[in-house]
Amino acid sequence: MKEKNDYREKLLTVFITFFKIGLFTFGGGYAMIPLIEYETVERHHWIESKDILDIFAIAEATPGVIAVNTATFVGYKVAGFWGSLLATLGVVIPSLTIISIIALFFEQFQSLEWVGYAFKGVRAGVIVLILGAVVKMAKKGTYTPLTVLILVLAFGLASFTDINVIYLLLGGAVTGLIYQLWCSNKQITKKNDEVEK
Amino acid sequence: MIYLELFITFFKIGLFTIGGGYAMIPLIQQEVVAHGWLTLLELTDFIAVAESTPGPFAVNIATFVGMEMGGLAGALMTTTAVVLPSFIIILFIAKAFTNFQQNKWVQGALYGMRPVVIGLIAAAVWLLMVSGFIIKGAEIHAVSDFFASLHYLEIIIFMIGSFVYFRFRLHPIKLILISAGLGMVFFGVLPMLFNG
Repeated sequence: MKEKNDYREKLLTVFITFFKIGLFTFGGGYAMIPLIEYETVERHHWIESKDILDIFAIAEATPGVIAVNTATFVGYKVAGFWGSLLATLGVVIPSLTIISIIALFFEQFQSLEWVGYAFKGVRAGVIVLILGAVVKMAKKGTYTPLTVLILVLAFGLASFTDINVIYLLLGGAVTGLIYQLWCSNKQITKKNDEVEK
Repeated sequence: MIYLELFITFFKIGLFTIGGGYAMIPLIQQEVVAHGWLTLLELTDFIAVAESTPGPFAVNIATFVGMEMGGLAGALMTTTAVVLPSFIIILFIAKAFTNFQQNKWVQGALYGMRPVVIGLIAAAVWLLMVSGFIIKGAEIHAVSDFFASLHYLEIIIFMIGSFVYFRFRLHPIKLILISAGLGMVFFGVLPMLFNG
């Protein structure tokens, strides 16, 4: 009986957490990353910090919205199928509700001056958040000449060309696989063990 | 029948856009404008609104088109449709990942993908800074042009935000609320005071 209650409580926490993430991220996609990292790794310890980067990689390399993909994945890890369903609902319901209301008053909304001022500020604040997320994740990365090269290339191509990010992720995956093939099995496993420490 | 058409179209958008965010815009534009659900101008206006409302852009545009075309039922239909493909796919991957995470080939691929993700997020910061801090269409030929083409208020908000966020380790939501307040002060209150 107690176990059942614990599970229900967990599901509720998952829903509320992702509802909050859905409600407070403006500017889409990348803006959600800092909040997701904070809530799932630092606050609730659902995800280990070494795993969060893998989850973002998978979320980006699969179809759909990054934030929704991450929510589904984390929800599943925390509480199975129902966890993934509630996390996904949680992250979507705020925008569903707000946009439905806005659609009714579209023209009036566009002319709300003070809302515009607030969002000019929020746009600058979101840059701070994403910068913080990069710094945090960069601190946990493993640096070899190869990974540094991949990082710099990905940054340069994504910043200065219109290349679709999926090609960058594919390129990274293929390079990683070739490297794995190149190394003896021991070496790369050893490196991964080091990461875990 | 409009409901079925809405559902199929947004299911397709959810299924075929990889990389998320603004990578989805071209396909959304193609589908939504071709169906005559929104004009190009309406879509552009909505992109501006979506930037100032919470949530992922693809979900927002799905809800908006659904609401315009079929009311609340339409909005529920399109939002479900855009999320459903990735929900199913991720569910399978999440299930498999727990078993295959330690597989050496999975680890090999992730070894190459992790730095890409860090690079991509860093690129997002760079692109947001360029679009947020430099006046659109400014021609920069000399150092003085550069200083004349900056959005100084946004940069000041960014610096205040960075200071309080990193110094006091604020919760991200608190920083969002603070920067909204700063926006209202800098763009609303201060101009009113100085211009009478």
